[in-house]
Amino acid sequence: MPHKPPTQEELERRKIVGINLETVTNVTATDFPGNYPGEDHSWDIEKFRQGFNVEIHQNDPYEASFSLIGCDASIANAFRRIMIADVPTLAIDQVFIYNNKSVIQDEVLASRLGLIPFTGGREGLRDFLKWRPKDGEPKDYDTVGLELNVKCEHNPDAGPNETDPTKLYKHAHVYAKDIVFHPQGRQVEYFSGENAIRPVNPDILIAKLRPGQEIDVKMHMIKGVGSNHAKFSPVATASYRILPVIQITQPILGRDAEKFAKCFPAGVIGLEKVTKAEAKQKGSGYEGHEGEPKAVVVAPERDTVSRECLRHAEFKDKVKLGRKRDHFIFLVESTGQIESEAIFLESVQHLKAKAKNLEKQLVNMVR
Amino acid sequence: MPSKSSKLREEDASSDVDMDEPTSHQPVIKDHDADMMEQDDEESQAGVDDYEEEEEPQRVKLLPGSTETAASFEFLDEGHTLGNALRYVIMKNPEVEFCAYAIPHPSEAKMNVRIQTFPGTTAIQALEKGLRDLQELCDVVTEKFTDASRAFAASA
Repeated sequence: MPHKPPTQEELERRKIVGINLETVTNVTATDFPGNYPGEDHSWDIEKFRQGFNVEIHQNDPYEASFSLIGCDASIANAFRRIMIADVPTLAIDQVFIYNNKSVIQDEVLASRLGLIPFTGGREGLRDFLKWRPKDGEPKDYDTVGLELNVKCEHNPDAGPNETDPTKLYKHAHVYAKDIVFHPQGRQVEYFSGENAIRPVNPDILIAKLRPGQEIDVKMHMIKGVGSNHAKFSPVATASYRILPVIQITQPILGRDAEKFAKCFPAGVIGLEKVTKAEAKQKGSGYEGHEGEPKAVVVAPERDTVSRECLRHAEFKDKVKLGRKRDHFIFLVESTGQIESEAIFLESVQHLKAKAKNLEKQLVNMVR
Repeated sequence: MPSKSSKLREEDASSDVDMDEPTSHQPVIKDHDADMMEQDDEESQAGVDDYEEEEEPQRVKLLPGSTETAASFEFLDEGHTLGNALRYVIMKNPEVEFCAYAIPHPSEAKMNVRIQTFPGTTAIQALEKGLRDLQELCDVVTEKFTDASRAFAASA
């Protein structure tokens, strides 16, 4: 029995998740073999290559935004999860407290120190530093030593009427920049000069001291993953949104158009004048409205899909909301150790390595 | 998290502690630091070369009751990340009649994958193909992302 191949519109329609006032429709992906008789949905790397696309919107070291277009949610979600929980970073893991006279309890201080993001030479962090084995001795290739030794004292140069503690005392505030890195062994080769291990933000406040108080701690940093502790996560946030789709099915004109635009975040809906040609066209709904403003969709990606427009009776049948199932707008915000772009690329490598490793394991199992 | 394990260790608790040191002082660690300092280049070089990821234990297991074309696999230390992605690529295989994954209990680090195939192939082959397809997919994503990144850098 011959089957008509699906039209382009049909294929596009399948990609839209419908969003109605109270319900959602067409939620699950249907691009699997056997779902549509006569259609081939089997995995084909060349087909995937043709249909898959990446668009970069922003690419800064601490923040990157890009779209993955043409892949399934399970794949996009795997990358997101790996970025948060499986990409390794270096963080303070052990704090040896020699003296802590500050008002912050030892364990709270240790926790605060652990959460400070550090950075350093990429090559050293990625290639030289290895996992520290369980109950292994610290080695130069798996442990980075830091020290924080500050003592608060009166400032003899302070004026008699000074009330600002930072001027009245020396080291009244302990900052991340007060942490000193001590390279060990071969670490000098990888973490010298601009590659030194240092806090991403030197002005992170660790503690406040008063004269007579001091903090003297040594710290060991190790490589770890976010699934073990959030301090090891290379990202502040790594998330995606699915591209919103707004289809205006019937003209929205004049005052209504202005009201319609207000139902969306700024910039999503624009107002254009109805042209002469449009006004002439019969059955377009624009007849006799030349020069009047009409609502047009300008930037659907900025929409929050609040569905506000569906609450108004006048727009109910004139607009269709949805989301494009295979368009993921990622936002990756790095904590500073690894550049955002590199975090994503590493997550892809990680998924590949996982699959490769399990393929090996499977062969072992069969043997 | 930072630990004060030495307090728990008997030998530390029983041994004499120099009173100049705070009671929380951990002499063991200081020695490590000294070790690290003393290491000469040759030694540390050898150390890096010695470092090998230990032989991994078998993490994939065929669950009982499995036949050639209908099998359940148990993956240790895997979760939704791989489970869902793998389920997707395996479902893309036209030889596969059914594929699903489950995490039977959230506090056990186990992930199960069920695969039923049509005659002509086996569940193990389908799983192997799925893992290979996933690797190919990752290569394409890397390639397309690097291209897009380069183009973006050139346009900016």
